[in-house]
Parts: sequence; C-alpha cells; structure tokens
Amino acid sequence: MLDLSYDAPTPKTIAGAKDDWELVIGMEVHAQVSSNAKLFSGASTKFGAEPNSHVAFVDSAMPGMLPVINEFCIEQAVRTGLGLKAEINLKSAFDRKNYFYPDLPQGYQISQLYHPIVGEGEVLVEMGDGTARNVRVERIHLEQDAGKSIHDMDPNMSFVDLNRTGVALMEIVSRPDIRGPEEAAAYLGKLRQILRYLGTCDGNMQNGSMRADVNVSVCRPGQYEKYQATQDFGHLGTRCEIKNMNSMRFIQMAIDVEARRQIAILEDGGEIVQETRLYDADKNETRSMRSKEEAHDYRYFPDPDLLPLEIEQGWVDDIGATLPELPDAKKARFINDFKLSDYDASVLTAEVENANYFEAVAKGRDGKMSANWVINELFGRLKKDEKTITDSPVNPTQLGGIIELISSDAISGKIAKDLFEIVYTEGGDPAEIVEARGMKQVTDTGAIEAAVDQIIADNPAQVEKAKQNPKLAGWFVGQVMKATGGKANPKAVNELVAKKLAD
Amino acid sequence: MSIDKDTAARVAKLARIRVEEDALPALAEEFNAILGFIEELNEVDVDGVEPMTSVTPMRLKRRVDEITDGDQQDKVLKNAPDAREGFFAVPKVVE
Repeated sequence: MLDLSYDAPTPKTIAGAKDDWELVIGMEVHAQVSSNAKLFSGASTKFGAEPNSHVAFVDSAMPGMLPVINEFCIEQAVRTGLGLKAEINLKSAFDRKNYFYPDLPQGYQISQLYHPIVGEGEVLVEMGDGTARNVRVERIHLEQDAGKSIHDMDPNMSFVDLNRTGVALMEIVSRPDIRGPEEAAAYLGKLRQILRYLGTCDGNMQNGSMRADVNVSVCRPGQYEKYQATQDFGHLGTRCEIKNMNSMRFIQMAIDVEARRQIAILEDGGEIVQETRLYDADKNETRSMRSKEEAHDYRYFPDPDLLPLEIEQGWVDDIGATLPELPDAKKARFINDFKLSDYDASVLTAEVENANYFEAVAKGRDGKMSANWVINELFGRLKKDEKTITDSPVNPTQLGGIIELISSDAISGKIAKDLFEIVYTEGGDPAEIVEARGMKQVTDTGAIEAAVDQIIADNPAQVEKAKQNPKLAGWFVGQVMKATGGKANPKAVNELVAKKLAD
Repeated sequence: MSIDKDTAARVAKLARIRVEEDALPALAEEFNAILGFIEELNEVDVDGVEPMTSVTPMRLKRRVDEITDGDQQDKVLKNAPDAREGFFAVPKVVE
C-alpha cells in the first residue's frame, strides 16, 4: 500500500488578554454498535420504535434476570479495533459502574474499566490543507447504553423510554493529541468514516449513534511539547469535560468557548476546577453539571454476573481477514492509480458507496475525467434533488457511457451535459439517445465550413471588426455553434473561423 | 479502614436508601464489622495469583445476534408506579 505522508497541523492558539494559549483536547466517542440485538439481551436495537417496546426484562433490570453477551457485538468491537490498527486484548472483563438515574434501571452500567477489549491504536486525521494529525487511541471498551428521558411532555414529570437501554456502545478514548476545534471535528469525522467503512456503527449523529465527551484544557506554548516528550500530564492544564455532544458544529463552538472561559479564569489568577460541563448552544456557553459531580463516586467493581471475556487469536485473525479496504488505503490507491488530486480522492472516498460508484465508472476509462463527472455533475445534480448516491437515477454504466462518448469525440462537452440531464431524468442508454436524437458532434469539416461561410457572408460588418481585433473571432465561433445546435466540434470551428477571417 | 457517620450517610445517599440521622452511628458500626471481617483476607499473600472467577473451567456464555425478546410494553410497565403513553413517568429530572 502506498502511504500518504503529511505534516502536522499548527496547533490552534487563542490570544488571551496577557498571553497566547494553546488548546489540548482529548475525546471519548460513544459509538453505537451496529447489531440486531442488544449487548446482553435479545431485544431489538432498532431506532424510533414505540416507547418501551424493545425492552427485555434484562434491560428493565427485573430481579433475577442475567445478562448473556451478544457474540456479534464482541466481533464488531474487535473489527473496530483492527480497523484502528489497535491491539486486541484476548482477555477482557466487565465491571459495574454504579450510579443512580431513572433511565438506568439496573443502578449500574456494565462497562469495561479495568480490562478493555481493545488497547492502543491510532487515527490519521487529515485537515484538508495538506496537513494531518495522528491521534492516538488509548482504548476501546464495550458498554451498555442508557435509556432516554424526555422532559418536555409534562410540566412535572420526566418520561422514560428504555428502548435504548442495554444497546451496545463502543467507547473510543483518545489521547490528548487533538490541538484545536477543527481538529476535534475532523477527528470525529474520520472516526465516523472508518466505522462506516467497517460497518460497525452507522455514524448517525442525529439519532445519537455517535456522541462525544470532549476534554478541554489550555496551556502556554511549549508546555504541550514537554507533555509529549514525557507523557507527564503535569505539564498540561486542568481539564474540563464537556458531555454528550452530537454535532460537529457545536463541538467546535463548545471547545472554543470553554477554552476562552478557562483562559479568562487563569489570567485572572484563578484556578480551573476539574469538572463535567454541559454546552448550551442557545447561549453559546458551558455550565457546570453539579449533579454529575455528586454521582461521580462510581464504585466500580467486576461484574459478578459475567465471566471474563476470552477470545482466541484465530478468531481475531478471521475477522481481520474480512476487513474491507479502509479510507486511508483507498484514498492512497485512488491518488496513485487514477492520478486524482488529494482533494478529489478525499471527496470520493468520504463514503464507501461513493468510492464504489466512482470505481465502477472509472474502470477502463479516464480516471480524472470520471472523477470530474462523478463529483461535479452527478454529486451536484443529486444534491439539488437531495438524493444520495444509493438512489442515483444514473448508474455507473450509464455515466461511463457518457464519458466514453466524450472521449471518442462523438459528442462535445456541452452536449454531454445535456445528455447527462436526459439520462438523469428519462433514463436510457447514452449512445442510443445520442444516435436517436441526432446529438452527435459534427466533425465533418465540410458541414462546419459551410456554416462558417454562411455566418461570415451574413455579417460583413462583424467581419471587418474582427479583422481589426482578432479577439472578436469568439463571436463567430458562438454563432456557428448556435447554428449547428451545439453539435459542431468546437476545436474544428475555432480553427476554421480563424482561417476564414484571416483570408 | 474505619467508617464514620458521614461516610455511612454518603453510602446511604449513593444507594438512595433513606437512613434517619439517629440510625447512622449503628449503621457505621455494622459497616465496620463487615469490613473488619473481610479485612482478615488481607492476611493471605496473593502476589502473582490470578483472581479466580469460576470454580469450574467455564467460558463466558454467548448469544447469537438475533431478536428473541421485547415487544412487551405492557409487561415492562406493569410494575411502574406511574406510566403514561407507553413511558415510565418519574419525578422531573433535568440538567
């Protein structure tokens, strides 16, 4: 595989009243595992059902019910680990994290504090300007999701739906390697892309399939380098954790406003208190979640209902053998094999469906031209109709057909756009449409010459002007194209017009 | 390890069990008795000994990823002190 190399981006600096400050960010991303059933029960994970209709007695924590782990969820966690080039722990274990909240009927969340299933990995986060940050992943553990409380249905009551209770989550914990709001959003985006390629999480942020807790601290320039050299957190500032963010835009705003809050306190001679905070998008501020502080005594202990989770290396290897080509490798291959720009390759590999579509079009055809048509014409047109590639009315064979007609000079680029619109709205085989509707490019110089002669004969005044100012030749080219219904080969017309005017 | 009245109150609060003020000293005493009993285990040297998780060599039981449960809203809500429109209704909890 061809490796793409990048320089590290410049850390974001915020100028305080006195000093410059740098940001240090670590993220805990909760990604819902794509599976049919929950982590420890046989209830469905499907989103949007009637409240409390996807609940087994294990999930509602009826006395005497015991958790039995869903093997596929383990497989998905391992697959994710392998996709992030992480170490897989053949032995892991489940612990109880105790806290009281109405949407957690057990009174504890089953998680993996002491022995997570996945160890250290890494994510390459491209910033789109030729730089990329290598963000280290500290660990991934499996845990249960909580239910959902709805607060706006009644003035005095909260309504609790346990459908989400017990759905498997992967908590992906990064090292504090992220150095600005844009990097944080890009990291989440890259993680989402990889998980979607792997099929281990649908990445639907609106439905809460991916949520992030963001740890933010600030430090003076130079301190971070000391931390990286020693891995000693003492060089960094005290962090605050912003909970439960599920929008890329809000994550960036929250980081910025939280960093500025911390800088103001520090420059005032104050101290940062390590705490959990909540971002309020309406007011664009973060505020302390005091209730969380009280509940912070989680009293973790190994879950006595569950034996340690032991998996075999052979099984891990089997999963590894089924991994798809991942975004970094695919992008590198597109740049190498199809001679695409970094930007085009990024756009085309953003979603695996787009990449597959492009490859089908580009196979045996001009890569650069295929990329242009897929990105500019097809994506542009789909966007206009708010459609995605999976419901594109034009299939790769049809788009490929259009490209072949251009490559063989059968049609001009302008006609090709008209043809694309016909294929998009009416369907059909591009070559047949061109034949049936007489859209073929006129390359017969005799016919073009006749049209040129006609225009010149009809416009003696323009001819005189054009002889003084050769730039006006474009007007004749336009007239000829118009007269031939856009079918004349523009190159031939240009040459003929220039020749005739010079006569 | 010694549990005082304040710690006993804190444990009770975390467990959401109401304990009257005058019952706390006795509760703290009980905790101390239990912990003292367990502390005897510290006399055993377990350095380098892996924790025993099962008396028989058992593997964690797994289930296949199939939907085999759920679709029982009425039963799930049956014991709820208050349920409305398919939800559990609880005193307002809002951040």
